[in-house]
Amino acid sequence: MANKQFDNHLGIVGWLGGGRWGVERYLYILHRLTGLGLLLFLLMHIFASSVRMYGPESWGVAMAILKNPVFKLGEFCVFVIFAFHALNGIRLIFIELGLAVGRAEEPVYPYKSSLNNQRPLMVVAMVLVAILIVAGGYNTFFGSH
Amino acid sequence: MKETAYWTWFIIAGIVILVIAGLHMVVMHLPMFGVFNPESGAVTDWGNVAFRSQNQFLAFTYIILLGAVLYHGFYGLRTIVFELGPKKSFQDGFTVILWIVGLVLFGIGTYAAIAAKALETAL
Ligand code: HEM
Repeated sequence: MANKQFDNHLGIVGWLGGGRWGVERYLYILHRLTGLGLLLFLLMHIFASSVRMYGPESWGVAMAILKNPVFKLGEFCVFVIFAFHALNGIRLIFIELGLAVGRAEEPVYPYKSSLNNQRPLMVVAMVLVAILIVAGGYNTFFGSH
Repeated sequence: MKETAYWTWFIIAGIVILVIAGLHMVVMHLPMFGVFNPESGAVTDWGNVAFRSQNQFLAFTYIILLGAVLYHGFYGLRTIVFELGPKKSFQDGFTVILWIVGLVLFGIGTYAAIAAKALETAL
């Protein structure tokens, strides 16, 4: 679906390259992919959890299927993408509201990039993601439930 | 103007998801905070599932979460598809389809929450 209106339009191929925009540009792709992944999971989750309205027998059958280790791994993957999307989403909301991007300045050469001001927020967000992933992994694979 | 309003709701939905899905994670994965899981077994054991289904507060917050997540997810999908540059007629049709699919899924999830609450076996 190339857009003829804009000759710099790269379509999906354009998702892959970060150019000179740095790590935030790759986080944008990850945000997109994790968003789509969460949407796919949500659709399955609505149907799987709705089974409870048919009572305990049907629920038992559904749970027996979900006991499979493949689903346990899947559950962890959903947690990982959720943790990333949630914290990166908060970071994006901060930035879109103009928070943590530094003060506006006169564009005097050599120009400064606002990305340098934003970077600490990105680092904090990603450290929190890493902590959540470790805690969630421990809970999923070694937790008591 | 309409697009700005759509976008603002999308961001508000993101924050609502953060709060309610955060609660959902605690309820489902940290059963030591066990008010919503009175039985000693797994959180997915029928006794616990039935208890949660009967709980007015959880049923209400889950319906709000369902609405927020469907709106946020489908609006996000719409942004991605629109960014690929489809024609205006496609954009309009796609928006209508997303509204219909979203509302149907919201109906299914809400019906399930209400039907599960009404189940006699749950009591
Ligand atoms: C945990 C709470 C969540 C927060 C705080 C959040 C936040 C955000 C934000 C701020 C954006 C916009 C990014 C931008 O402006 O470029 C976004 C995009 C998106 N989100 Fe979420 N989100 C959350 C959960 C979810 C869930 C559960 C789903 C799936 C149902 C989802 C699906 C998407 C999609 C598909 C996009 C579009 C990505 C794009 O335009 O590239 N999000 N999210």
